[in-house]
Amino acid sequence: MILNEQPSGHGSVSVSELEIIADDSGVRSTSLAKAILIVFRQNRLALAGLVIVVGFLLFCFVGPLFYHTNQIATNIAIANQPPSGQHLLGTDSTGYDELGRLMAGGQITLFVALAVAVLATSIGMLWGCVAGLSRPGVDNLMMRIVDAALAIPGIFLLIFLNSILHPSVFVLIFVITALAWLVPSRLVRAEVLSLRERPFVEASRAQGAAGARIVIKHLIPNVFGTVVVNATFQVADAVLTVAALSFLGLGIPPPAANWGSMLANGVSYMFAGYWWQIWPAGICIVAVVVGFNFIGEGLRDTIDVRLRAASSH
Amino acid sequence: MTAYLTRRALQALIVLFFVSLIVFLLLHLLPGGPARASLGVRANPASIKAFNDEYGLNQPLPIQYVVWISQVLRGNLGFSYKLNQSVDSLLAENIPRTLVLTGSATVIAIGIAVPLGLIQAVRRNSAVDYAVTGFAFIFYSMPSFFLGLVLIIVFSDVFPIFPSTGPTATASLLTQLPNLVLPVATLTLITVALFSRYMRSASLDNLAEDYVRTARAKGGSTLRVLFRHVLRNALLPVITLVGLSLPGILSGALIVESLFNYPGMGLLFWNAAQTEDFPVMLGTSLVVGLGVVLGSLLADVLYGIVDPRVRYQ
Repeated sequence: MILNEQPSGHGSVSVSELEIIADDSGVRSTSLAKAILIVFRQNRLALAGLVIVVGFLLFCFVGPLFYHTNQIATNIAIANQPPSGQHLLGTDSTGYDELGRLMAGGQITLFVALAVAVLATSIGMLWGCVAGLSRPGVDNLMMRIVDAALAIPGIFLLIFLNSILHPSVFVLIFVITALAWLVPSRLVRAEVLSLRERPFVEASRAQGAAGARIVIKHLIPNVFGTVVVNATFQVADAVLTVAALSFLGLGIPPPAANWGSMLANGVSYMFAGYWWQIWPAGICIVAVVVGFNFIGEGLRDTIDVRLRAASSH
Repeated sequence: MTAYLTRRALQALIVLFFVSLIVFLLLHLLPGGPARASLGVRANPASIKAFNDEYGLNQPLPIQYVVWISQVLRGNLGFSYKLNQSVDSLLAENIPRTLVLTGSATVIAIGIAVPLGLIQAVRRNSAVDYAVTGFAFIFYSMPSFFLGLVLIIVFSDVFPIFPSTGPTATASLLTQLPNLVLPVATLTLITVALFSRYMRSASLDNLAEDYVRTARAKGGSTLRVLFRHVLRNALLPVITLVGLSLPGILSGALIVESLFNYPGMGLLFWNAAQTEDFPVMLGTSLVVGLGVVLGSLLADVLYGIVDPRVRYQ
């Protein structure tokens, strides 16, 4: 997402706490963990996001333990039933229970999205670090590859790859990751370019440290804040991508469930008034994406301020 | 300025080379390669071998790339055996309709997002500001197909004002204006959500500039300062914004087109994915990539023309 690259600057951490975070910048990992804790304690937006996300995790992974439904076999005899005591959110056109299907679809969506975020930000971080530390020629080449891959809108490449690869959970993770690492690699490279001119990196290089050591000891800990913020937005984007691919009929085939394909099924009955086949799935997608975006915004507000405070020393 | 333009154009050329390389490699990623792409999934080994011999596909990859790219540069993007038509003529038919959709949505979105951003910046942290930010957040987190569905439900089912399907390919778009309303509205809302956060912060930055204080000090009324000074300067980043948002707008167009059955490039691509019509998919990806690279180049050049600060750097 383009706009995630534009840092907004509304810090919501009080000055005293900011100084605490900025001061112990020698112990980066604890200060980041502390910063994240402070975000959730102080930033209502981030807290709201966290509540939504945890709520959905419980709904999707714990919910099925209490609400038993058959999500494998179809049953045409009970197709398209409105909500009732037996099927709290009704059934779809093949007789699957909609509420149970929301849970099953959410499990796959959240698993894929979280896996993509972790993999994509790791790959992007490495690519960005290497490009930022390389000679200008190599750096230029590496970033032009990123530009080129970003020039073809993601959904075109995703549809293409999915149409040859026949999606399973892991194919889906692979395909989405193949495109999702591009934006974090840009962000990380930009930050490495400024970090490598800083005294502590120069000192380390003067002592004869190799490139790999500089990356692991100095760069990764320092770009971690940016990366964590971006990873949160990556989860939100991946949820949207999984839903879009499933909606277009290029997701994991049934009986695997997905919010996007549930919506696509609902479209066929749109004018029949089967609202329970459209609204719950749509609202689930929006709510989860809003949740992760809230967390991302909150983290960015705090961590950006912290980075700025640290670099002005 | 000349040096800047030359550097930027050179960069775009390198990116275009990589775009073509990505598409070329995708063509060869296919099981069976370009032969299967052209002859279809059920081609037998003998016919694949004959095809490979005839078109020089037994040659090393670099030579094949040169042969392929010289064909592409002559405007030959391949032949769709599924539709029995050349890819160039298919794209020539469909691209104008996509341009009508994306162009009108972008223009309307700018018309909405620019004043909205200005109002938000002037009335910062007011109820209006929070409401607009909130709505933008929800639209931003909403998958485009769900947004389109909501519009269909509201405006063609509950209040039957507009038709729920896009225009047909057989008649001119001008005779089917009502069918254009919902697809354009969907894409417009997505684009406004993409733009509005950026416009708000751009207007905020402008409000803090010295020239605003000077204009106020000279006795300019609030409205005069806003329209004569701030608005004109806030329009500058719109050029860059549109350039950056091209991939997002085109992705949105693909989904809007497949939801509304709007006969543009995105629907062509999606239908090609359903029938494994690889020449169409690859030709479209190449043209879309070309469009995005040239679009952002044009945006940068235009920005250099309208903003003297870039020229003198």
